[in-house]
Amino acid sequence: MNILQRLVRQREFVIFMIVLAVVVAMSFASPIFLTEGNILALLLSLSIQSMMAVGMVNLMIGGGFDMSVGSILGFTGIIVAMIMKAGVPVPLAVLIGLLVGVAIGLWNGMVVAKLKINPFVTTLASLSIFRGLTFALTSGRNIAELPKAFKAIGQTRIAGVQLPIIYALVLVVVGDIVMRNSRFFRQNYYIGGNEKAARLSGINVDGMTIFNYVLTGVLAAFAGIVFTARMGAASCQAGTGWELGVITAVILGGASLRGGSGSVFGSFLGVLLMALISTSLTLLNVDVYWQQFVVGVVLITAVLIDTLGSARSGGAQVKKQITGGKAA
Amino acid sequence: MANAILEVKGVTKTFPGVKALDDVHFTLERGAVHALVGENGAGKSTLMLTLGGVYKPDSGQILLEGRPVDFDSAHDANQAGISVVYQELSLVPNLSVAENIFAHRQPTRSLNLIHWDKLHRDTRELLKRFGSEHIEPRTPVAQLSMARRQVVEILKAMSVGPKILILDEPTSSLTDVEAKELFANIRKLKAEGISIIYISHHLSEIFEIADTVTVLRDGKHVCDAAVDQINEEFLIANMVGRKIGNIYGERDPGAKIGEVLFEARDLARKGEFEAISLKVRKGEIVGVAGLVGSGRTELGRAIFGAEPADSGQLFLHGRPLAVRSTKQAIANRIGYLTEDRKSHGLYLDFDIKNNLVANHLGDFCSRGGFLRRGMMEEFAAKSVRDFRIVTPGINQVLNNLSGGNQQKVLVSAWFGIRPDFLIVDEPTRGVDVGARSDIYQLLRDFARGGIGIMLISSDLPEILGISDRVYVMREGRLAGELARDQATEENVISLAAGVLTRTKELPQ
Repeated sequence: MNILQRLVRQREFVIFMIVLAVVVAMSFASPIFLTEGNILALLLSLSIQSMMAVGMVNLMIGGGFDMSVGSILGFTGIIVAMIMKAGVPVPLAVLIGLLVGVAIGLWNGMVVAKLKINPFVTTLASLSIFRGLTFALTSGRNIAELPKAFKAIGQTRIAGVQLPIIYALVLVVVGDIVMRNSRFFRQNYYIGGNEKAARLSGINVDGMTIFNYVLTGVLAAFAGIVFTARMGAASCQAGTGWELGVITAVILGGASLRGGSGSVFGSFLGVLLMALISTSLTLLNVDVYWQQFVVGVVLITAVLIDTLGSARSGGAQVKKQITGGKAA
Repeated sequence: MANAILEVKGVTKTFPGVKALDDVHFTLERGAVHALVGENGAGKSTLMLTLGGVYKPDSGQILLEGRPVDFDSAHDANQAGISVVYQELSLVPNLSVAENIFAHRQPTRSLNLIHWDKLHRDTRELLKRFGSEHIEPRTPVAQLSMARRQVVEILKAMSVGPKILILDEPTSSLTDVEAKELFANIRKLKAEGISIIYISHHLSEIFEIADTVTVLRDGKHVCDAAVDQINEEFLIANMVGRKIGNIYGERDPGAKIGEVLFEARDLARKGEFEAISLKVRKGEIVGVAGLVGSGRTELGRAIFGAEPADSGQLFLHGRPLAVRSTKQAIANRIGYLTEDRKSHGLYLDFDIKNNLVANHLGDFCSRGGFLRRGMMEEFAAKSVRDFRIVTPGINQVLNNLSGGNQQKVLVSAWFGIRPDFLIVDEPTRGVDVGARSDIYQLLRDFARGGIGIMLISSDLPEILGISDRVYVMREGRLAGELARDQATEENVISLAAGVLTRTKELPQ
């Protein structure tokens, strides 16, 4: 197999080329596309989803799935805002917010790993429960006028770059390194690839699964805190439907619903591509309603390239191997 | 015994409804290759999984080097020095050879980060030690042939430096040449002082590689023997508990082979086979032999319409036959028993009844298209009787049946379409001796009833044992045709291999 074929089979490469193509095309199509302001706006718009994607891809590599990240984001924002209004100091409120994410992740993880309930059903229930709680606690009202120190978490700029972008980039870089190279995170590839084999290799599958949900939960909570700080107010609607965007990006980036594959870098490219599409269409004055349509087309195209590619090389190989047996 | 490395004393293990192990005794000598044989359901796998730490015995003791051990997990057993090479490959396809071999034991540097260079170096060293330098540590396992995956599996077990290695049907996906390599490796391990428990259905292998053998039957210990003091018949008799003369049965002298039933002319499918012309007569069992990758299975699947041929003609009863899908094949009363019953042939989570009617559900429907349970049950009960399927009832889920009985369900399900022409692919892979002889008898019975049978198999004694005529394939073409009296092992092999000494590798 030559290098080109090998690269094409890496989903990251396919997405990277698409991203590059969009960037090149847009830099010709729109004079403001490559300006610093536009690039920063683009990065800021994808920072929240990137943080959630880091947790999601780790979970999906390990064969899990979480529909509740959008609700965790919204719920955490409201809780943090409410307790600050009640006089809790900012650092403590942030800590409690993160613990809310840990607790919801722990709940999701325990139900999936110990009670063996399907992850989709479990987290779909959590999606509903915590969005419902968010509305019930606030009677549907937003909470504004938050402390200055809190807003600084999401609005400070360092060398002109907003903090949420920096959080996201740090998480993506660190996440990619540890998921590629650390023995601890590598366990997920075994669990998602062949759970039985993972158990036989002495991997604590249940423990790791619970950890994955906790990590997803705490990153979603962190995203919720940053988002609320950036907006300066907590909204009951925050994060509604975002789980689908995050999952789409992670799959675009090479993860599979069956587990065992995916990377943080790929997922980031997935998030980037989706943000690019939406920015580009806006700059091109295309009706906002077309954005979802385009994202769907890109998703199915990327997956088809992958599947057809492996059907031609890998698929035939597998079939040959199934026909194995003792030779005459 | 002073030299025993492992002793199993009175181990009993019960699962709901079955006593899988019943007071089993068994001793493994240090540095010996000890074979464990028995039919499916005899308790071999349970014993293996118990020794490997997956199951806990209900009662009894396991002594490792004289000390009682009690494992809570496979990992525990591993740490204590017992490694198992599982039959169902326990590899992760997306990960590299190196990461599979050192699963969760990758060498690390600071911060728990994997030391990739060392990992690949260690893997290369291990591969070299077992004469498998041709395998590249970075290759994803999904890209390896079955034989190489088996090597990786064994090296994975070896990499923990075990005292005892348990091999479960290690040759089930290997060619003869690859099996020979495996035996050479086993001898190497033995020379290094590792004790081996070897589980296999292929009795000839036991005589080739083992020193001693233990026979299990119905969860009970039947006998121990030194391999050089017994023969194959002795083993079979002990495994089955009764004498089986010739497992292939005898040809009915009154059986008649009639006119041509099925014919293929110039059949071809790009990249798989070409210029295949063959005939099958009524009442005839025609064997199709060939090495792995020679196109045997692809030919069978093409005739059945699963992956139709690109060109060529088919005739059934002398009339041209157009088969572009399996549905058309079934409508023309062509049946196909897949070689891979678990993933292609059966619904393992369903009960016997539903499996038996699945491929001709229409026969059990009322005019309005609703299923008629009574008819289904009647048919299922009759099939269970006719095909000697051993089961508590027709509502038993297939997963709870032994491999041999699953295969009988598959055979009877296809017989349900009342086929004129039946293609059977590896009908006895993973099936034990007793059930095998039943299946051969069933095939002979079908043939006597006027059905034409095409038998695709890599088990040469099986092909020679029951075929009336044999076609041999090589690299996608027919290498020759042998009448019953010419069909000897030598003739088939020389046709199949072309050059005998050349090793056949799967295309990478």
